[in-house]
Amino acid sequence: MNLFQKTASTILATSLIASAAQAQLSDDEIRIGYLADMSGTYRDLSGPGGLEALQMAVEDFGGQIDGKKIVIFSADDLNKPDVGASTVRQWVDERNVDMVTGLVASSVVLAASQVVEQAGKLALISGAAASSITNEYCSPNHIHWTYDSYALANGTAKAVLANGGKSWFILTADYAFGHAMEADITKVVKADGGSVLGTVRHPFPSSDFSSYILQAQGSGADVIALANAGADTVNSLMTASQFGVTQSGQKLAGMVVFLNDIHAMGLDVTQGLMLTTGWYWDLNEETRAWSKRYEDRFGSKPGMVPAGIYSATLHYLNAVKASGSDEAQAVRTQMMATPVNDMFAKNGKIRADGRMVHDMYLAQVKTPAESKGEWDLYKIVRTIPGDEAFRPLAASQCKLLSQN
Amino acid sequence: MTMVFGIPLGVLLGQLLLGLINGAFYALLSLGLAIIFGLLRIINFAHGAQYMLGAFAAVLGLNYLGLNYWVALIVAPLLVGALGMLIERGLLRRIAGEDHLYGLLLTFGLALIVEGCFVKLFGVSGASYPMPELLKGGYNLGFMFLPTYRAWVVVAALVVCLLTWYMIERTRLGSYLRAGTENPKLMQAFGINVPLLITLTYGYGAALAAFAGVLAAPIYSVTPTMGANLLIVVFAVVVIGGMGSIMGAIVTGLAMGLIEGLTKVIYPEAANTIVFLVMVLVLLVRPAGLFGKET
Repeated sequence: MNLFQKTASTILATSLIASAAQAQLSDDEIRIGYLADMSGTYRDLSGPGGLEALQMAVEDFGGQIDGKKIVIFSADDLNKPDVGASTVRQWVDERNVDMVTGLVASSVVLAASQVVEQAGKLALISGAAASSITNEYCSPNHIHWTYDSYALANGTAKAVLANGGKSWFILTADYAFGHAMEADITKVVKADGGSVLGTVRHPFPSSDFSSYILQAQGSGADVIALANAGADTVNSLMTASQFGVTQSGQKLAGMVVFLNDIHAMGLDVTQGLMLTTGWYWDLNEETRAWSKRYEDRFGSKPGMVPAGIYSATLHYLNAVKASGSDEAQAVRTQMMATPVNDMFAKNGKIRADGRMVHDMYLAQVKTPAESKGEWDLYKIVRTIPGDEAFRPLAASQCKLLSQN
Repeated sequence: MTMVFGIPLGVLLGQLLLGLINGAFYALLSLGLAIIFGLLRIINFAHGAQYMLGAFAAVLGLNYLGLNYWVALIVAPLLVGALGMLIERGLLRRIAGEDHLYGLLLTFGLALIVEGCFVKLFGVSGASYPMPELLKGGYNLGFMFLPTYRAWVVVAALVVCLLTWYMIERTRLGSYLRAGTENPKLMQAFGINVPLLITLTYGYGAALAAFAGVLAAPIYSVTPTMGANLLIVVFAVVVIGGMGSIMGAIVTGLAMGLIEGLTKVIYPEAANTIVFLVMVLVLLVRPAGLFGKET
């Protein structure tokens, strides 16, 4: 063992002793890290808005727990897994951050959550889509809160099939997320007696979709499913509208569509589109009241991701208070023992695999005539019960389940 | 149905037509870059930002001043062109004659600042721009549905490209410009105001980018990063055509659009890379580009 290794192991040993000897609330502060894309493609999905929601949660909680202050750190992950992982590493090592939230791009989340697991902290994932987060990559150190790709594909595809869309053509973003989504859609379509006539995988990101839309049109499928996200989905939908896809009787199904996307495209282009969402600002009195407060502070209505961040943070802080500890497993156990009841979810429950199961909503984008305001964009067609929306535990590959 | 490369002829024709439409954008943007490089010897990395500014000028003009599409098509290029002239006078002039790298870094920095400000102001989801009434709808060509607007894009872009080519290659002003490219000192000795010519050229290049931006506004989502994504491909087009070659930029732009269109049917996964593949091949065989002069 050379000198460097000796020093390293001494430091490691000391830090282990130190953490074991820590008081119940470490450093006399609750430290929360907010990691999200603050400047790139996914900025409007969470970004500064998600941070605002996090601050609202902390303020609503009173800013402290039994006299111990709640402190927020925030950083831009630039949608780069290495940046995200090293930021979280720095937070847990140097600032002793207890919980990390936000967490948008799936690739960043998978990298960052490994660091969180090694450090024995907790991650509350609100922004990311990949359902693998609570499947093959599940961990005792993270909870997936708002939605996931399984629930979106399942909710939207089933509804479209029920409305008579039997033959499908899938437009897929050519990377891990798109492939997973394509597989999820194919599974649902085949299970319900439909067929997939073809797929086309476009490079990520692309700006011109006319060629792919033309191929989808040529396939003669009833439904064109968009297994892409963000700007790719926006451009696909706009192109489809120009090429008269809906006029010719074909239906479009956007799999990952957010409120800010619809707002950006406008109702002329998006009307009639079916989508699945984890939350909507105009569900009831409670959601409207919260959204009003958010809008007064931030300037736009919240999408499901900031709402999820608010809900997850409040639930976390309540659990810290109830358990009198900020140790990750103690808090997680407390969080799992308490149902989630707030403006985001009713009777939401956190499963052993880390999935927060709550009702999802099947929505249809309003027509310009139906819409009464800038943000009056969805009509809720159906509430999908949580147990139906998310991947059943029986079909899960999560390693945590077999241990029990 | 007749098959070509294992693809029905109708599908192939449709894809080629779409390729031509994209090619028209490439041609318009690479033309501006080629003109600027020709006279200023500056690799204008702010070109994407100027394209984005054109699109945003159209959106903001409509939302706040009620200016319609046709007005925007004239006003936005004028505004962005004027801004370009200010940039040339205030910044680029100071580094004239220095290594290419300085111009590249300066314009790249400017582009990052402008895009950053727009992200801060408007977010990344961007805005949508309504299709002008006159150009809504489309034609059924039998093998495909051609939206009127896309046809208009090809016509407008080609007309502007050819007018520019004519102006530079066939008029007196153009001859000054070409002479200025060859030997600025001698031109100045003849009493031609070369600095003014340079300012106007940069302004015109920027205006072309803004014109392309307005053309793009109704069909693509208008976002702060729309130019940055396109710029790299356009640079490849300019390199393939030969830096500084006017006709080279136009022809290569259209050709790359067609090749990309074909790739999207035959092997879509490679659609974003094919242009760069062509660039590598061209550089290996003709380092000065297809239409460039060997020096």
